[in-house]
Amino acid sequence: MENTKTLIYDGSFNGFLTAVFIAFEEKINVSDIQRNSHGQNVLFSETETIFTDVHKAKRVWNGIRSKSHNAITNVYFAFLSEAEGIELILYTYIQKLMASKNGKQLDYSDGIVLRISQLARSVGREKHRMEAFVRFQLTKDEIYFANIEPDFDVLPLISKHFRNRYADQQWLIYDVKRKYGIHYDLEHVELVSLNLKEVHFNKVHKSDAFLSEEYDYQTLWNDYFKSTNIKSRINRKLHTQHVPKRYWKYLSEKKETA
Amino acid sequence: MDFDRIQEKLNILADAAKYDVSCASSGSNRTNTNKGLGDASKMGICHSYTEDGRCVSLLKILLTNHCIFDCAYCVTRKSNDVKRAAFKIQEVVDLTINFYRRNYIEGLFLSSGIFKNADYTMERLIAVAKKLREEENFNGYIHLKSIPDASDELMYEAGLYADRLSVNIEVPTISGLKLLAPDKKHEDFTKPMLKVKNELLRFKNERKIIKSTPKYAPAGQSTQMIVGATGETDKDIMYSATYYYKKYHMKRVYYSGYVPVAEDSRLPSIGSQVPMLRENRLYQTDWLLRFYGFAVNEILNNDHPNLDIDVDPKLSWALRNMHHFPVDVNTADRRMLARIPGLGMRSVEKIVSARRFRKLNWDHLKKIGVALNRAKYFMVSDSRNWERRDLDAEKIKGMILQTSSGKFRNQYSNQLALFN
Ligand code: SF4
Repeated sequence: MENTKTLIYDGSFNGFLTAVFIAFEEKINVSDIQRNSHGQNVLFSETETIFTDVHKAKRVWNGIRSKSHNAITNVYFAFLSEAEGIELILYTYIQKLMASKNGKQLDYSDGIVLRISQLARSVGREKHRMEAFVRFQLTKDEIYFANIEPDFDVLPLISKHFRNRYADQQWLIYDVKRKYGIHYDLEHVELVSLNLKEVHFNKVHKSDAFLSEEYDYQTLWNDYFKSTNIKSRINRKLHTQHVPKRYWKYLSEKKETA
Repeated sequence: MDFDRIQEKLNILADAAKYDVSCASSGSNRTNTNKGLGDASKMGICHSYTEDGRCVSLLKILLTNHCIFDCAYCVTRKSNDVKRAAFKIQEVVDLTINFYRRNYIEGLFLSSGIFKNADYTMERLIAVAKKLREEENFNGYIHLKSIPDASDELMYEAGLYADRLSVNIEVPTISGLKLLAPDKKHEDFTKPMLKVKNELLRFKNERKIIKSTPKYAPAGQSTQMIVGATGETDKDIMYSATYYYKKYHMKRVYYSGYVPVAEDSRLPSIGSQVPMLRENRLYQTDWLLRFYGFAVNEILNNDHPNLDIDVDPKLSWALRNMHHFPVDVNTADRRMLARIPGLGMRSVEKIVSARRFRKLNWDHLKKIGVALNRAKYFMVSDSRNWERRDLDAEKIKGMILQTSSGKFRNQYSNQLALFN
């Protein structure tokens, strides 16, 4: 087919939206959309490298939003799932959406629509989990610090929640897996990358980065957590369903089991 | 911080508070103002779960477990030989703030044994809440226990600082109350409830005229009943729950399977099993009443004073009312769809939106994620191979019980945890 191409973008959400814009504008028959870090695998088609353009990205964003608010959330959340091949699925989804008269009434028995909404839901669940499971530790320089290791790239999604809640304290949440964090300095939230000497999960060993008071509060919380159990009601299965084991190492109330 | 002392107090006073099952932290509308601390404007968050699967979202403690009363069902009762402790007001404030800043909790749930008298105790609970709001600029969630028989003035003040207020009725019947808590009168419980309800109404009306009317308990009030302590029927419990929902505008009624805490001839003995399945059935019923459009006498009445233990109340209702089924998923209204066993409200919504595009058959339903294993006996779709054997209620029940042991139960308790 004519004008068949694989688009290569920089991995950012704006980059992806720019790719969508260019594909629409140049009527490209898209065979794939890939991150540039991906070690391209494009034997059979031509490639085009996309330069991220915030204005173009914005136009696609607004276009999707004018169809449906729900869809724009779905697109963003599903993108952050980092699922294999998500870009092409999203591209098809956006095509469908733009072709529909009213984006609000999406047909859930359509495979693509269903897949996107499922992915978006998984990412949404991870967002909620992180809002719940972040455990701050107060450092000697008065920063509330937390490490996380989420399944999906949810830092951009949880930033607002923490800014609203902890407006009067400095905090830093660091994604160990993706090697970047968000830092609130009492004014703004900024992206940071750190050179961490050690990952501060809840190991019993104490780090001198924290005040001893910090460990007192962890102990109190740990005690509190234990005393909320009613022995005659124990239901471990339900417990691990709610708090999957992979999150335990960052939860101070799970110190002994980590 | 005197760590050892605080640690000991916390252990005693958290342990004594855990029998209150409410841990809701949602339904408020308090936002963070002036760059303060906290925000209680959204759905509550469960920061952790106890090993019995209950949500941990609040620091739930007693201010003290000294008590002048001797209610038979309560660990804190005067005659019980337990260690006693009391927090200072500032100690509770510090614990709350430090837990909150570390993202352990959504806020504080403060209750208390009664020392001296009702008003003296209530005043102290209010003092903690007031300090948190005014000195710490704390906008997280605060749930205060209304002490039975506390004065109207204090109940008014409590609502200015708390998001939620609750009095636990504990014993669902008046005769049971006489037996187990002879020092307390039914009116002691209802007096603060009535005041809170009236204040909530007043706030709603004044708010229409004066926008700046100070908030009053924006997350409303709730209560709790103990199940299985006094031989009451499920009908007794649910009829009195319905009464409290209507008469006092309760946001929630909680049901708590009685955990034996005393050797007392009036009560189940220590070591008897906690009636957890029964408790679960009551929550399911509560759910059906509040969200599925059921009336209480459809589910419980003189012919059926107790819920079935082997099947959930919706299935049980359907089996007794087979003349309403099968329901056609392509034409039935929401109300009837919601009554199909095995269909939750989410599935109902999915069906309603998907059937705009086409007539639905079994495959469509599966694709959009509607579980059919029990629903299929109660509905027809645009497929030829629907269940056409002429099955009676007993047969259907047997087949359902065979194929899905306990799975449904998990679903329900998950759902409950979500909305708690
Ligand atoms: S008054 Fe309250 S704390 Fe005291 S014994 Fe009765 S239920 Fe327990």
